[in-house]
Amino acid sequence: MNPFSSETRLRDMIRAIRACKTAAEERAVVRKECASIRAAVSDNDNDYRHRNLAKLMFIHMLGYPTHFGQMECLKLIAAPGFPEKRIGYLGLMLLLDERQEVLMLVTNSLKQDLNHTNQYIVGLALCALGNISSAEMARDLAPEVERLLQFRDPNVRKKAALCSIRIIKKVPDLAENFVNPVASLLKEKHHGVLLTVIQLCAELCTVSEEALEYFRKKCTEGLVKVLKDAVNSPYAPEYDISGIADPFLQIRLLRILRILGHGDADASDLMNDILAQVATKTESNKNAGNAILYECVETIMSIEDSGGLRVLAINILGRFLSNRDNNIRYVALNMLMKAISVDGQAVQRHRATILECVKDSDASIRKRALELVYLLVNETNVKPLTKELVDYLEVSDQDFKGDLTAKICSIVEKLSPEKIWYIDQMLKVLCEAGNYVKDEVWHGLIVVITNATNLHGYTVRSLYRAIQTSGDQEAVVRVAVWCIGEYGDLLVNNVGMLDLEEPITVTENDAVDVIEAAIKRHTSDLTTRAMCLTALLKLSSRFPSCSQRIKEIVNQSKGSLLLELQQRSIEFDSIIEKHQNLRSALVERMPVLDEATYSVRRAGSLPADTSTSQGNPLQIPNGVPKTIDAPLLDLLDLGADEPAPQNSSAPNFLQDLLGGDILSSASQPGTTQPQKSGTDVLLDLLSTGPSPAQNGSSTTDILSLGPDNNNSNSKTSLNALDSLSLSTVTQAQSVPASSVIDLLDGFGPNPTVPKDNGPAYPPITAFESGSLSLVFNFSKQPGSPQITEIEAKFTNKSSGIYTDFIFQAAVPKFLQLHLEPASSNTLPGSGSGSITQKLRVTNNQHGKKSLVMRIRISYKLNNKDMLEEGQISNFPRDL
Amino acid sequence: MIRAVLVINNQGKPRLAKFYNYTPVEQQQQIIRTIYSVLCLQSNFIDGASIFGQDTHLVYKLFATLYFVFVFDSSENELAMFDLIQVYVETLEKGFNNVCELDIVLNYTKMHTILNEMILGGQVVETNSQNIIQAVEEISKLEKVTAATKLISKSASILWG
Repeated sequence: MNPFSSETRLRDMIRAIRACKTAAEERAVVRKECASIRAAVSDNDNDYRHRNLAKLMFIHMLGYPTHFGQMECLKLIAAPGFPEKRIGYLGLMLLLDERQEVLMLVTNSLKQDLNHTNQYIVGLALCALGNISSAEMARDLAPEVERLLQFRDPNVRKKAALCSIRIIKKVPDLAENFVNPVASLLKEKHHGVLLTVIQLCAELCTVSEEALEYFRKKCTEGLVKVLKDAVNSPYAPEYDISGIADPFLQIRLLRILRILGHGDADASDLMNDILAQVATKTESNKNAGNAILYECVETIMSIEDSGGLRVLAINILGRFLSNRDNNIRYVALNMLMKAISVDGQAVQRHRATILECVKDSDASIRKRALELVYLLVNETNVKPLTKELVDYLEVSDQDFKGDLTAKICSIVEKLSPEKIWYIDQMLKVLCEAGNYVKDEVWHGLIVVITNATNLHGYTVRSLYRAIQTSGDQEAVVRVAVWCIGEYGDLLVNNVGMLDLEEPITVTENDAVDVIEAAIKRHTSDLTTRAMCLTALLKLSSRFPSCSQRIKEIVNQSKGSLLLELQQRSIEFDSIIEKHQNLRSALVERMPVLDEATYSVRRAGSLPADTSTSQGNPLQIPNGVPKTIDAPLLDLLDLGADEPAPQNSSAPNFLQDLLGGDILSSASQPGTTQPQKSGTDVLLDLLSTGPSPAQNGSSTTDILSLGPDNNNSNSKTSLNALDSLSLSTVTQAQSVPASSVIDLLDGFGPNPTVPKDNGPAYPPITAFESGSLSLVFNFSKQPGSPQITEIEAKFTNKSSGIYTDFIFQAAVPKFLQLHLEPASSNTLPGSGSGSITQKLRVTNNQHGKKSLVMRIRISYKLNNKDMLEEGQISNFPRDL
Repeated sequence: MIRAVLVINNQGKPRLAKFYNYTPVEQQQQIIRTIYSVLCLQSNFIDGASIFGQDTHLVYKLFATLYFVFVFDSSENELAMFDLIQVYVETLEKGFNNVCELDIVLNYTKMHTILNEMILGGQVVETNSQNIIQAVEEISKLEKVTAATKLISKSASILWG
């Protein structure tokens, strides 16, 4: 006996594997077992072969490779004993597949076993063949299987029938051989055989058109009768599933009838009666009964039929919808989805029940039901359905709100009968779930609002109310802020009151309050705040009395860390402060946005290309034609992550700067200085203004912003200027280069920028030994003279490499020293590299005492510790 | 057609894995893991498209510590599959007398034999658990008889050898 051959029994191995606490332990046990099985395989050990294979199957299930056991399967199958054969066939089905060449070798054994006198061995062989037969095996063994279809024992007959399915799948040519045997077997009484033969029959019908025709002609009536018997049979306990007589057989029969009846009026006619009988007589309080009903509905839906049965079927589905079982409701919804295309009207009748399913506790049912409702909505029922959905939105689960709002918005957009209804519904949705809607939704809403000219007053008042109650919903805030900015005057003066509105008194200060609250709300994001600033700018012109207050609010954003806000607030402040006469033109109401262009753009088929919209240029009062889609785009895309349109020219860029409304004003100075081109208009805008004589050069104009701000807060304005110039450069990519240079030139000689760094202090050589030199470079932060930044640079002039290089420094009490980490701790030799380290020294007695420092440098040269020390007192005097 | 029958315990260990289309071992393990991860969902029907490709449904039932999962395509009735799981479990119950996870682990070849009497090549052979049990009992009887004769012949050969 081989010493490696495992004596452990199968059970012991399983126990050992189960006892493993970690995956590693399990792998170790399996590896050991596999090793001993391999050894047994190479020893050609007969006694334990089937035990070893049983172990291998278990190992295979756990996901380990077991290919070395494949030949063992074949040997076991060829063995005479039943236990060996049984395990051999099990292994064959689990470990091998039809692609392996080893399988060729098994054909002969299979043939012998198919002709075996013992019916169980025949059964094993049929089972294996049915599971793994390849095309060649199917060809070779088809005659045996065909013969076994007539075998005396029903167990063998049914297995042969299923085995035939595999054969036909592999070799469709063989189908015709099976048609006649199947036709005669369909008269079979044994339920199990009948069940399998019907499956074979269905397979034949899908594989061969002729077979389908044949069965349709010859067998439809017979099958209808079988089904009738099955439905009307007295209680037969053996095939009973929870009180329903043989549901599996009934389902199979309904399914084959579906195949036969599909597309054939005569066959469909034959089965009408029995289908009606099944649909009405089957009990629906058990899963099995419902399975039959479900199958029956599917058959009714796909056969050629007069309307009567279909209504019956859809009513069954309607009943399913109120079933307590989740699974039943789920399949009913699936089925109704298919039924809509067949008979939409009948499905409509169950709208109320379907709507109830939208409120189901099960997430997957809710989702299905919502999709179904979406399909059901049409012009006539859109109002009640939307009302239901919007009402439900209030109480729905958080994680369902996203789906629900998306569908409601889509319904409202698609089917809204009138604008006021659209606006009302959208406001409701936004109030309930404004945080869940996509950006396109509120963009779209704004487009609709601008188009509904007679509803501007109504909308802005509704939004004013909405933001009071639902100020926590981002989308509500955005739309409200936008509308108050645009139509603030309508809000305050109650212009365009509709009959259904309740009167409301809003003062100018109230309107500004709303926006101030929005900009200060900590959850507001950049987009919202930027919109608030633009709205404030507009209100400053609409409400002259609040101008000063608005200016203060705008000023608060000057120190914002967000570039966009900072820039806007500085620009807007300047406009409010100094460009009174320009302002009213700047902040004119937005021109009506073009719905068609917007919806096309949304569909994504139109790139940001002004040429396509040139067909509908917008007339601006001063007579300069402008296309509208660029400002719309910029306004609505603000904060969106898609980049600005590639071909945006100077006017678009202006839009960005001033939030979209600048367009009309851009043409304003243009009329006074007609010779200026697009980029010059930009400079004009930033300039001090309307008197062209005063602003000879754009450079000085920009500078004029600088000192002005400096007066109030020097530090902020410095940063602001820096960032302003930066952003101008980045945004001005499409502006001709010359103007960029102009802009930058404007900042260059700016006297307010203290540029006292580097060169003021020459570098010193702080330390010099035989091989090591240390150079200090100094710089100072503007505005804090007592702090000195020192960059220490070490170089190694010897040939050896210094490792573990550490620099330490000490200073007297009036100094504070901060050491940054060094760039490396290895210093290569012969001056070929250096280590840099930053130090920051704060001199508390700046101007009285100069810097002094003690240093220590330790390193290893050829693994020998080295130490160098020194004092630095040659610092420049006034550090 | 039924594509796979899986029995997975509530710790994600496979207790029975039978695939009716050839699936490499690694993929089998992958599938078992994926299915186990979605079994925590509430509904008994799961869209199997992401795991098995188009037109796949998945029905499962939880019995004590074991998930019984049937994977099948649209040629099968979902609700009937539900009943089929029931039949399989009833058969196991009859075959093992109060089946528990340990029985299933230790006798997984018997599990396979029962399954083979019920489903063949992805098609249902027999739905009557009594008939299935009968066939399985015949098979084990046959096995015992053969094993016994073998034992006798062996001891005899020792006696006379």
